[in-house]
Amino acid sequence: MPTFSTDEVARLAALARIDLTDAELTRLAAELEVIAHAVEKVSEIASADVPATSHPIPLVNVWREDVPVATLDRDEVLAQAPAAEDGRFAVPQILGEE
Amino acid sequence: MSATELTSALTRRTAADLAALLRAGDVSAVEVATAHLDRIEAVEPAVHAFLHVDREDTLAQARAVDAERAAGEELHELAGVPVAVKDVVVTRGTPTTAGSRILEGWVPPYDATLVTRLRAAGMPMLGKTNMDEFAMGSSTEHSGYGPTHNPWDLDRIPGGSGGGSAAALAAFEAPLAIGTDTGGSIRQPASVTGTVGVKPTYGSVSRYGLVALASSLDQAGPCARTVLDAALLHEVIGGHDPLDATSLTGPAAGYADAARQGASGDLRGVRVGVVRELGGSGHEAGFQREVSAAFRRTVELLEGAGAEVVEVSCPSFTAALAAYYLILPAEASSNLAKFDGMRFGLRVEPAEEPVTAERVMAATRGAGFGSEVKRRIILGTYALSAGYYDAYYGSAQKVRTLIQRDFAAAFDAVDVLVSPTAPTTAFKLGEKLDDPLAMYLNDVATIPANLAGVPGISVPNGLDDAGLPIGLQILAPARADARLYRVGAAVEHLVTADRPGSAPIIDSIPAIPTEVAP
Repeated sequence: MPTFSTDEVARLAALARIDLTDAELTRLAAELEVIAHAVEKVSEIASADVPATSHPIPLVNVWREDVPVATLDRDEVLAQAPAAEDGRFAVPQILGEE
Repeated sequence: MSATELTSALTRRTAADLAALLRAGDVSAVEVATAHLDRIEAVEPAVHAFLHVDREDTLAQARAVDAERAAGEELHELAGVPVAVKDVVVTRGTPTTAGSRILEGWVPPYDATLVTRLRAAGMPMLGKTNMDEFAMGSSTEHSGYGPTHNPWDLDRIPGGSGGGSAAALAAFEAPLAIGTDTGGSIRQPASVTGTVGVKPTYGSVSRYGLVALASSLDQAGPCARTVLDAALLHEVIGGHDPLDATSLTGPAAGYADAARQGASGDLRGVRVGVVRELGGSGHEAGFQREVSAAFRRTVELLEGAGAEVVEVSCPSFTAALAAYYLILPAEASSNLAKFDGMRFGLRVEPAEEPVTAERVMAATRGAGFGSEVKRRIILGTYALSAGYYDAYYGSAQKVRTLIQRDFAAAFDAVDVLVSPTAPTTAFKLGEKLDDPLAMYLNDVATIPANLAGVPGISVPNGLDDAGLPIGLQILAPARADARLYRVGAAVEHLVTADRPGSAPIIDSIPAIPTEVAP
């Protein structure tokens, strides 16, 4: 059975880009252990010869004609952005200083 | 008739009745919309089914329908019948939050396809309904904007995630509503509010413009107070959409006819399977005593109506909940990556330098997501991480195959499957909030349909000893949604006829305290 330390939860939270408080880390570690134990049974039931299903209805790829169509209105989209500048999204620093 | 009496008379009508009155010119779309808006104003302080209502916008849509009718234009049969829309569906010019603080104040720049179809049919939108944040939950208590209260008992949950849509119907605030069902979010709220909810076949209703939770499971569908009304709404919103690559081809038609056929209660020639693991002889789901008793009683009624009833076994259903709580968090952790504070919604800067994009994302998501969303994203990140992928996510996908095989074998023997919709009637607000696993168990009977993509309906199936509604679930093979409406309407007829005075179950709902009229 898997065990969850607060360090492991902190590692997962960093991967998921979610800041968590110490109280949240402690609480989640306990909860995830219970949930992970409950969902473990899937590996007991699924034998190697069973194929995986990722989608409920069999589908083939869908194509459309490559023609220009209207897109979303730029000003309407940027009006919803946390910050915009010169017709573009304004975001915090992405690359390091060096 | 006084204004209050007129409001009450119109809000208690079915959508089919309202449509007939509108077509006959007996009432205007503005009168119908006004009656529902007045009702919303009166009961919302007690129910809180809506996150957003814009009276003037709704009335403008109604006036447009009346003007078109006056000009002699040919209108859709539901033109002028208003509808409430779950807040997970994007609506151009109307705030859409999906129940999350991270989207507070967001005004989408486009309409979901199903909204485009509602607008084209001339159905005025009454507002956006409350829900668990990003549709994660079974009680609406995980809404970032406070819970919805069950109109049958205001201290109890209305189900979830679509508790707002279901409560709006039960409280007579709307004749129709839109829901989405990823693991039961249409059917379980219908069950605990004495209303009807349909999860169509996966791909029957376009997903374009739904705020995605788990893309291989999500499906929008109709919510109503009668089976016929749900069928009518399904025909409006369903059908192929080139904007959704997983959309089924072909029209969504024949559902209302199927409901009308079923309303006679005649089920001769219909083969009904009782799922052994869900309400049959072998279930371990811990169903409430009255839920099991009502289920057995209705199965007798089905036999009495000519249906051939047999028990079928779906052994892999016992692993459905476990598979679901791996597949859903895995897909959700990926889908919800878009809420990063860069292009829309909330942006929060970290308390300390440096203010980089990555640190802004983490601060934004830490502040904007609620506890259940954080729990599922972290769980999904874990299930997909190196070293655990095969044991968890890979195994869950195999279980999904086994569940599909169970359905295929069952539908070789029967036309539809039946089970209770939810293990219990509505529980008290707060009762399961601190126990995620107990909350997840609400969906034990509804989840298999999502994993396999098959359609399901919940119809009212009587009341428990405390007077709270019970639901019955009917499942059909993929693309055989019409069977749900035929058998659903028969169940509705048989259950109603079996009640004292043959009164519809919704008529037993207690009056909701309203503010005193000025």
